[in-house]
Amino acid sequence: MLTEIETELVKNAAGRLVPTLVNGSDQTPYLGVGQYHPAGRKAAPLIRSNKDYPEDGDKRVPDLETALRLCGVRDHMVISSHHHLRDGDAVAVQALETAARMGVKDLMWFPSASFPSQKTVIDLMESGAVHHIEGSMNGPLGDYCSRGKMRGMGVLRSHGGRWQAIQDGEVHIDIAVIAAPTADPFGNCTGSVGKSACGGLGFALADSMYADKVIVVTDNLVPFPCVPWQIQGNNVDYVVEVPSIGDPAKIVSGTTQITRSPDRLLIARYVAEFLRDAGIMRDGFSFQAGAGGIALAFVDYLRQMMKEAKVKARFVRGGSTKYLVELLNEGLTDYVLDGQTFDLDGVRSLATNSRHVSTSPFTSYNYHGKGNIASMIDAVVLGATEVDVNFNGNVVTHSDGRLLHGIGGWQNCLFAGCTILALPSFRDRIPVIVDEVTTLTGPGELIDVVVTERGIAINPRRQDLIDATKGSKLPIRPIQDIQKEVFAICGGKPQKPKLTDRPVAVVKWVDGTVLDTVWGLS
Amino acid sequence: MVFGRTVLVNGMSATVLEKQQVFSAGRCGKDVRSDLRATFGPRSSGGIEIELISRVATYYGESIRTQALDALQQMGVVDCLLTIEDEGALPFVIAARIEAAVRRAWGGKGKRVLPERTAKQTPLQRDRLRRSRLYLPGAEPKYFISAALHAPDAVILDLEDSVHPDEKDAARILVRNALRAVDFGACERMVRINQLPLGLADLEESVPESPDLILIPKTETPKQVVDVARKIAEIKRHHAMSDPIWLMPILESALGIENAYEIAKADDHVVALTIGLEDYTADLGVAKTAEGMESLYARTRLVNAAKAAGVQAIDSVIGDVGNMDGLRTWGERSRAMGFEGMGCVHPGQIPVIHQAFAPSQAEIEKALKIVAAFDDAKAHGLGVVSLGSKMIDPPVVNRAIKLVERAKAMGVVPSGDLTIR
Repeated sequence: MLTEIETELVKNAAGRLVPTLVNGSDQTPYLGVGQYHPAGRKAAPLIRSNKDYPEDGDKRVPDLETALRLCGVRDHMVISSHHHLRDGDAVAVQALETAARMGVKDLMWFPSASFPSQKTVIDLMESGAVHHIEGSMNGPLGDYCSRGKMRGMGVLRSHGGRWQAIQDGEVHIDIAVIAAPTADPFGNCTGSVGKSACGGLGFALADSMYADKVIVVTDNLVPFPCVPWQIQGNNVDYVVEVPSIGDPAKIVSGTTQITRSPDRLLIARYVAEFLRDAGIMRDGFSFQAGAGGIALAFVDYLRQMMKEAKVKARFVRGGSTKYLVELLNEGLTDYVLDGQTFDLDGVRSLATNSRHVSTSPFTSYNYHGKGNIASMIDAVVLGATEVDVNFNGNVVTHSDGRLLHGIGGWQNCLFAGCTILALPSFRDRIPVIVDEVTTLTGPGELIDVVVTERGIAINPRRQDLIDATKGSKLPIRPIQDIQKEVFAICGGKPQKPKLTDRPVAVVKWVDGTVLDTVWGLS
Repeated sequence: MVFGRTVLVNGMSATVLEKQQVFSAGRCGKDVRSDLRATFGPRSSGGIEIELISRVATYYGESIRTQALDALQQMGVVDCLLTIEDEGALPFVIAARIEAAVRRAWGGKGKRVLPERTAKQTPLQRDRLRRSRLYLPGAEPKYFISAALHAPDAVILDLEDSVHPDEKDAARILVRNALRAVDFGACERMVRINQLPLGLADLEESVPESPDLILIPKTETPKQVVDVARKIAEIKRHHAMSDPIWLMPILESALGIENAYEIAKADDHVVALTIGLEDYTADLGVAKTAEGMESLYARTRLVNAAKAAGVQAIDSVIGDVGNMDGLRTWGERSRAMGFEGMGCVHPGQIPVIHQAFAPSQAEIEKALKIVAAFDDAKAHGLGVVSLGSKMIDPPVVNRAIKLVERAKAMGVVPSGDLTIR
């Protein structure tokens, strides 16, 4: 089985066939959790001198094209961007389109995540300006990659894995383009304020530290100093002022909604009750929950239970939303440690409350460091597209093999004390508990509990959790039982989708090894 | 029912179909879940052709085709084009939609395509707990499968007000299949039929699948109850069924309230009376308020009639699913008036209603003491029950026994030491 670029496939420690060469770089197949031992020194940017930068600190240039030209943009370069502006971002695509207009070819786009509104990058790949994407691909971009149309292979990394890849020198960023809701002419930036405020800017931090050239693009230029700075101007080469960096309505949705689906509310309640019954919800505990409908409802249930039990958390990590902000304001947690901010309440709180703290993938997620926050958290509630009877999880592909989601912080969060996947037992007749996940994104040994509306399955490896919840009224059942019930409801086991033997993307583990392959659709 | 639209299909079928009528059942579209639209185009030759568009084709495409072919053959179809636009419908829904489409083509006639039956539960007690009954619109299959997970005391598969007049036939078939194929767990399986004579057809489809209880809407006279009871008895005889099917008349008018006692006594199978406040207040020409003063007379009258007839009194529903405080207040007041339960339109209302209708811990403890004193007196052959220095009258003892029984059924009696402290 060889692709056009003669990639050899080997079986990794998880039994998955993975390529040994991806986009021209040699790869280490996944060896098991904690089995890969990195060596050597971190990557480093070039040494610079103040003599080459304006003494008055004014690094402004007229436009993005000038900045790219001064950065020496040319064929085959790696251009990075961050996704704090989410679906409202106007800067990343603009940077790529500007480079394309300048005649540059075969760029690698290295976003911290991509969004549906960035689907125009498909045109840039068709025209040859962009060669391929390493980063999450969902919606139309995921579809494009899944159908084997991208010239290079997609590389999916977790937020921590992206930091690790930059820091370890696996990915060298030539030019980082950082959209900043507020910046000064020196390049100090913050995401907390400005008309396009998005909260933190943590996903751009590694880019600012390790890229050869750094361009800051802002629609709210303030005189020096822009404080407190989330990105240091000392790492920045050029500052570009534009009328708008994006659509504020899509940067933060304004309202994050708790699910109204009765089944999903039931799942959320089970998760909260599980934390209570397992004794995890206790004074000084910590948890992380995202901004999905189930996660928000979970926070709301847990909040009521914390009040009833008169229990307070030491810190809560998120994706912050108004629900986490309420916990903070009601004194139910000492701190919110925020990786990205999902709504206006979160943005306001981060800007004004010193107990609402912006974090980066380095502090939260990076596996090649001296520890991180993710593994210190008592419990995390995550979603998934599939989970198998051995508790392996998939978040990147749909059961039909199509790329659907990025990994986000999902893999990094698996290191929490208790990792809970909260999911409906089937979606549109498609069972979620499968015999073997389509794409392995998280090893089952790190996934402790699967909560569905039809029951809660505890990983047999976690005897401590099984013991702790003895006597609980919750419907705790073997995962195979839930699967059997769902197969009966859905009319038997589903057919297996037919996929090609052509790799279109790889899933990296948190240590940079290759965990699994995404195969092209037939 | 004839829909004047032509299905667009490729090639030859389109020309065949152009002059022909097609018959559809079920719904499809971006916002539809767990349903499908089956469009049946009868034709005179060419055998059975099935066109499938499904969001789950990758996983269940073959299964859907096999099931559809099987259903058509069971019904005796020889030549047709069947188009299925599927949004992830479960097998019992697929069967119901195909049957409904074919029967629409055949003037309502046609053989039943019955899905596999789940294990039949044992018949339920006439005086079981009926704190909450969750309404499930009979035309909306997506809510059926998980209803029991929310643990209401009963589910109501509704064929009446939640179903559009044009959809009664299809809903009837869907509800029948749900009674056969969906596991409703420990819930009492209720069906709300339409008013007679439309309701007779509902009974024809539902009764053979042994629902536990039939709700009779807009009951105003004992005769309406008798008619339903007779029809049920007739169908049961025909199918040699012996398990009881209970009746709960819904009083929704001033006349119905006036006849409450006679309605409750109209047939032995009546186990409860309930009230429909939307229709009742409309009949009175008054607004339905959160306090419910306008229906106070009707509700107390209903409670009294029910108790006089030895059946349960069950309250109406609160439609505002966002107002849990209002629901709690209503429920607590309702319990104090003598009602034993309410309806719900959203699963989120269930725990609130269960709490509202549960006796308080103080009430339970007091009742437990009285029951213990009663047992103690009986054991010692004493005719008079006393607790401390107080004499306890027989009605107080009876009430305590009933309360303890109900509290036990609700699972709210504290475990451990139940003796007098």
